[in-house]
Amino acid sequence: MTLLSRLRSELAPEQLITDRQRLRTYECDGLSHYRVVPAVVVLPRTAAQVAAVVRACAEERVPFVARGSGTGLSGGALPHADGVLIVTSQLRSVLEVRPADERAVVQPGVINLHVSAVSREHGYYYAPDPSSQQICSIGGNVAENSGGAHCLKYGFTTNHVTGLQVVTPDGDLVRLGGAAPDTPGYDLLGAFVGSEGTLGVATEVTVKLTRLPETVRTLLAAFTGTDQAGAATSAIIAAGVVPAAIEMMDALSIEAAEAAVDCGYPAGAGAVLIVELDGPAAEVDAQFDEVSRLCAANGAFETRVAADDEERRLIWQGRKSAFAAVGRISPDYIVQDGVIPRTALPTVLRRINEVAAEHGVRVANVFHAGDGNLHPLVLFDDGVPGEADRAEAVSGAILDLCIEHGGSITGEHGVGVDKARYMPRMFTDDDLDTMQLVRCAFDPDGIANPGKVFPTPRLCGERPGRHRGAHPLQETGVAEVF
Amino acid sequence: MSVLDDLAVEAGDDDVVAGVPARLVAAPATTEEAAALVAASRDLTVVVRGGGTKIHQGPPPRELDLIIDTRRLTGIVEHAAGDLITVARAGTPMADLHRLPGQQLALDAPPAATAGGTVAANASGPRRLRYGTARDLLIGITVVRPDGRITKSGGKVVKNVAGYDLGKLYTGSQGTLGLITECVFRLHPVPLHTNFVRSNAPPTHAANVLAGQFAASALEINAAPGSDPEIAVLLEGTAAGVRDRAAALARLLDGEVTDTPPPWWDTPPWPAGDDVLALKLTGTLSGVPALVSAAVDAGLTIRGSAGTGVLYAGASFPTVPLSPASTHPDSDQPASIRSASPASGTAPGPRGDAARVVALLRAAAAAAGGHAVVLNAPPTVRDRIDMWGPVPGLDLMRRVKDQFDPDHRFAPGRFVGGI
Repeated sequence: MTLLSRLRSELAPEQLITDRQRLRTYECDGLSHYRVVPAVVVLPRTAAQVAAVVRACAEERVPFVARGSGTGLSGGALPHADGVLIVTSQLRSVLEVRPADERAVVQPGVINLHVSAVSREHGYYYAPDPSSQQICSIGGNVAENSGGAHCLKYGFTTNHVTGLQVVTPDGDLVRLGGAAPDTPGYDLLGAFVGSEGTLGVATEVTVKLTRLPETVRTLLAAFTGTDQAGAATSAIIAAGVVPAAIEMMDALSIEAAEAAVDCGYPAGAGAVLIVELDGPAAEVDAQFDEVSRLCAANGAFETRVAADDEERRLIWQGRKSAFAAVGRISPDYIVQDGVIPRTALPTVLRRINEVAAEHGVRVANVFHAGDGNLHPLVLFDDGVPGEADRAEAVSGAILDLCIEHGGSITGEHGVGVDKARYMPRMFTDDDLDTMQLVRCAFDPDGIANPGKVFPTPRLCGERPGRHRGAHPLQETGVAEVF
Repeated sequence: MSVLDDLAVEAGDDDVVAGVPARLVAAPATTEEAAALVAASRDLTVVVRGGGTKIHQGPPPRELDLIIDTRRLTGIVEHAAGDLITVARAGTPMADLHRLPGQQLALDAPPAATAGGTVAANASGPRRLRYGTARDLLIGITVVRPDGRITKSGGKVVKNVAGYDLGKLYTGSQGTLGLITECVFRLHPVPLHTNFVRSNAPPTHAANVLAGQFAASALEINAAPGSDPEIAVLLEGTAAGVRDRAAALARLLDGEVTDTPPPWWDTPPWPAGDDVLALKLTGTLSGVPALVSAAVDAGLTIRGSAGTGVLYAGASFPTVPLSPASTHPDSDQPASIRSASPASGTAPGPRGDAARVVALLRAAAAAAGGHAVVLNAPPTVRDRIDMWGPVPGLDLMRRVKDQFDPDHRFAPGRFVGGI
């Protein structure tokens, strides 16, 4: 039986897409300059269906790629031309909300913001808040270990997921972790979160719910330049304050945001900081005074305080729309996601500007200043010969700067297909080999999202008694498999 | 001469792991030396030892040739205060990491425990409610693999998703995947002010603390047979903020505000000695009160984090011959009946066979959505029980072990499922 006929026997007709035109809907994720049309798309409705699809792939040794909402920015959900794309958007039920246990159990296709929406009436929310939280899925968050503006204080997806049901690349349904903490044994849950779909597919996610804070206060401070805003950030952290978020935008990104959403940031600002504090009212009040003082002491020429939720939304709107807004001032752009130690911010920002000037490329900077996670937006016009190459060169140089200063090539967008080639700049061959020991334990045949994360796949050795005979793809060609 | 000949010495009387004597002990001073040692000892079974505070917990190694001791692998390599991170060699005592200038590694562990040992054992204490555990605070790690290769994962920045997060895999791996030589930790500011609120409220009242706006850094309970249960809460922040929250919380719990924790805070609930049954019990938050009752009814003292669902329970089980006559006559009755019975005497204590208590608490933990891990048991009992108990995903765990340590040289038999 071919793989396709097996899939037909497991799924309803509308859950299986083979039509070329409809397949093209899925040819890319949020990083749209990588495009591959998958051989087949499946839309499972149950974990058992995911397991059946993966088991069929495993037995036929056909690659599979899992996809949530497709908002990823590293090409992690880029399909495989000869593979099955497993779209989890039909697995969209909130299975349990258990405020007394501070847990919710959801299917992977549930939208991030929806988890907070169903928890809010109980006084809780789901803390990780990627900018795409209105559309991104929890399953995708698990794959990418997604962060967000508020992870400075609250941590990332990995700190908020306690249990998973996953389909392993063998097609087995396995539970990792649970509702209680510290499950005995290896922390395979910790390894799975952020593995970008290379260790299997999450089919059920148990998340921590966080108590809604008593008070939230948001402040917008305008500075003449990024050096002053960076110094203010360092001063706030040095004072022992851990805000929920500290975000920075430079002049070019402010210009873009104004053009797009008319956010009304102070005129003449060379940089703005958004600082949000949350927690018990007395603590927030004391910290707020301290933050205001430190911003002024480091050159803030105007400070605005959100008086209510609507004003807070307006302050955040400029920041959260920044990526898309850059489209207003440049036809094309590359979003980078490097991380540097916070103290290196002024040095690295200066170097980024120098590198950009050398290549004649504009770079807009939007970033999570509190944790040193830069999102330089490298602007170019693909219609102008050579510009894309120059932008790519600047983009790579920025990652080198991050590594040089002891940082990382990705803080929250993931490695995916986009940054796999940069991994050897950050890790030794032995480091990458060790990561792939885990890959070999889960997926010895390398069929789960191949070509992502690692520049060179590791051979896992033979597994006795399994998959005898020639590789079907080699022997018969993909056409016969499908 | 090989590195092994250079570094290894004959084991002494104290070089014993859970009752199994080692043949040799070696203490490398650098990661490179450690890597050479591991490579040179490829025919030997190995247990890694840090401060030794938890070295006897868990099942004994099936075999033990060499103890690799990290006592020379010490020192804080870097403390980047502005970046709130520190790099420490694995043998660095936790005491050094608890008091960095103006900052702290907010990970409760005995002062004599080491950074590497605390990570390998995934130890935690009361403040895990606010700060998380080693899995949350470890951001980078250097490990010598069983084949002698030096490998790093993570880095020196908190936010980092480049590659697999192997730090989490090594955390709690009990030395079965290799030798940790260096750790990078996220730090936190030392709080300006702290207070404790103490009360004799029952464990069910812990839920009221969590539902309120107290932003507790720790929420601990303590319960023992024959005495009132206690709740103690740690509050951190500004002086005024902590004072107000502490006053409100003291009213809620009908308790008192103190500057110091209760004497039982962050201490194990079992006495010293070989005949001790000691367990780590986990459960969902709503399952904690039932778990506490089950432990107390079985005659154990139980304490730990009601705010996260991680508790420790234990008692002394004097060794008695294993015959039906030796079990307590009313051991099958609930505690309420037992304590009223003159036959049970006035001094409350453990009832019946330790193995039976383990089975009972394992069922209680499972009902609470968690697990019961036996950290220590009287020697006669230890050999009869599965100290780790059943765990999900064991097949994948075995495959991970086989990849990292195909010859099963590192701490063989000490981990789940005999890994």
